[in-house]
Amino acid sequence: MLLVRQTRGDLASTRCRAWQLLLALIVVALAVCTAAFVGPADLPFRGVLTTLLSKVPLLGVHSTLPSNDASIVWQIRMPRIVLGGLVGAMLAVAGATYQGVFQNPLADPYLLGVAAGAGLGATLAVELVKSFANWPVSPVPLAAFCGGVLAAGFTFVLGRSGGRYRAGATLVLAGVAVAAFFTAIQTYAQQRQTQTLQQTYAWILGGLSTASWQQVQIVVPYIALSCIVLVMYRRILDVMSVGDEEADSLGIRAHRVRAVTVLFATLGTAAAVSMSGLIGFVGIIVPHTLRLIAGSSYRRILPLSLLYGAAFLVHADLLARTIASPAEIPLGVITAFFGAPFFLIVLRQSQRSP
Amino acid sequence: MSVVIRGLSVTLGDAEVVSGLDTDIGGGGWLGLIGPNGAGKSTVLRAIVGIVDYLGTIEIAGRASGPIDRKERARMVAYVPQRPQLPLLMNVRDYVMLGRTPHLSLFASETRHDLKIVDEVLERLELSRLARRELGEISGGEAQRAVLGRALVQQAPILIMDEPTTGLDLGHQEQVLELTDELRHERNLTVVCAMHDLTVAAQFCDKLTLIDHGRVVTSGPAREVLSLERIAKHFGASVTIIDNPDVGFIVAPQRRGR
Repeated sequence: MLLVRQTRGDLASTRCRAWQLLLALIVVALAVCTAAFVGPADLPFRGVLTTLLSKVPLLGVHSTLPSNDASIVWQIRMPRIVLGGLVGAMLAVAGATYQGVFQNPLADPYLLGVAAGAGLGATLAVELVKSFANWPVSPVPLAAFCGGVLAAGFTFVLGRSGGRYRAGATLVLAGVAVAAFFTAIQTYAQQRQTQTLQQTYAWILGGLSTASWQQVQIVVPYIALSCIVLVMYRRILDVMSVGDEEADSLGIRAHRVRAVTVLFATLGTAAAVSMSGLIGFVGIIVPHTLRLIAGSSYRRILPLSLLYGAAFLVHADLLARTIASPAEIPLGVITAFFGAPFFLIVLRQSQRSP
Repeated sequence: MSVVIRGLSVTLGDAEVVSGLDTDIGGGGWLGLIGPNGAGKSTVLRAIVGIVDYLGTIEIAGRASGPIDRKERARMVAYVPQRPQLPLLMNVRDYVMLGRTPHLSLFASETRHDLKIVDEVLERLELSRLARRELGEISGGEAQRAVLGRALVQQAPILIMDEPTTGLDLGHQEQVLELTDELRHERNLTVVCAMHDLTVAAQFCDKLTLIDHGRVVTSGPAREVLSLERIAKHFGASVTIIDNPDVGFIVAPQRRGR
């Protein structure tokens, strides 16, 4: 008689488990504490921790630091950490989403030209609308979004003409061309203002050194909205892995899912990049590392990318501002340093598998 | 649920691959589409599934299928493609679970009820043992069964299969077809299936429709449709037909001039 091992009638094996989320949250919390503790001003760890906890409502903890030191933690270090976390979370989630809907392991907001397009949009908005103090909302993220969508559109049209989305390298090559083109225009636009030349280069290389709570406030709605929507689509991204036709036969409108998710991923990326500059490879490094550990299902990859993306960029920024202290290394340089070799590994793997 | 196709035409690019095709099958019946490569069998199936644009009418249980919402149609019609795109890193159970998609709202997760259905189908297809294995790690025949499993958990009354036995060894061919037939009787499934093997088609199908160049040559029971002349004309094959009560109806290839 054939003995059939009964599979447990438990939850779907791909669901994100509570302990996995908890672990990721702990990693994020540790990253935040470490980054808040390390810096040129030598502050006691206990003081830093109480300063952070004093901001959490209902805990009733009071900062043990003098107010000068407390504002170093809260006004200088924390905005940078929070912005870094938001940008990292967004880039990782957007990267995973692009990989899912284009079924292309090399898709990433930076490599697809979305980041460069968003940068051009942001630059033009700053240039053309000198003072937008009277605007109810800053036009910068909106312009960045338009630039990002435009660049993404170009990349997909160009990449498609060379084959299907799945023809991995074609899409990325198109993205690199589009990114170079948009960065060129962006550099030109900013070069004309010689006094902002240094800013231009700082932006292209990516960094969080000018982070403020105000910047955080501007990007939070966009990033929160797009991350929430994309994480909600996690199960549908798994369905998309059987291809458009079969997904359609399962009752999903594959084209619509792709349009909606790319739109939100681009919106969030554009908002993030308009503040942080060009930071590459986060969308490759984080989701692919998670695939090795937690499997290929987007039901895990998306929520975990959100958290580990945040932790990753907070750590990368910590490196950026400490290893050559008091000078700063551009954050984009750090992520590229880790990301480029990683990219090559993923490229090799994707060429090998059918 | 019955499937009635009237005046079906499909144009892909510049080529009209199906022109004015009529056929039908009653609820609980098994319709086999036969014909040479490129005859348009797969396109007819894809039109029934609703993943290719067409002219003419396809009625599912008496309702025109065109206006039926995509999700509702996925609850009525399940599809086993000829060359499924397999996510090689996904495990068998999760892959089969994708078949529950039409029963879930967009952002919902599967319930225990869905999981129970999946586990029952896995057991039925003898895939329980492979439930946690990735699709890239199992054999072609096992993957083919997983695809069938995905279609079965859709619990649709109509099952569309495009060459479901391609790449299966004799034993697994038989297993897949016998199982389909059992389910057909249990659940009154209607099966529409493109088939290459004429003997198998004759054994399992209630009705065959012979298609060539996108048009129906003839429809009816196997013994009427499969004649030496038609097989020679439309398949360009010379065969011997053995039809006796002991061995059933067999279409055997024959080498020319022997």
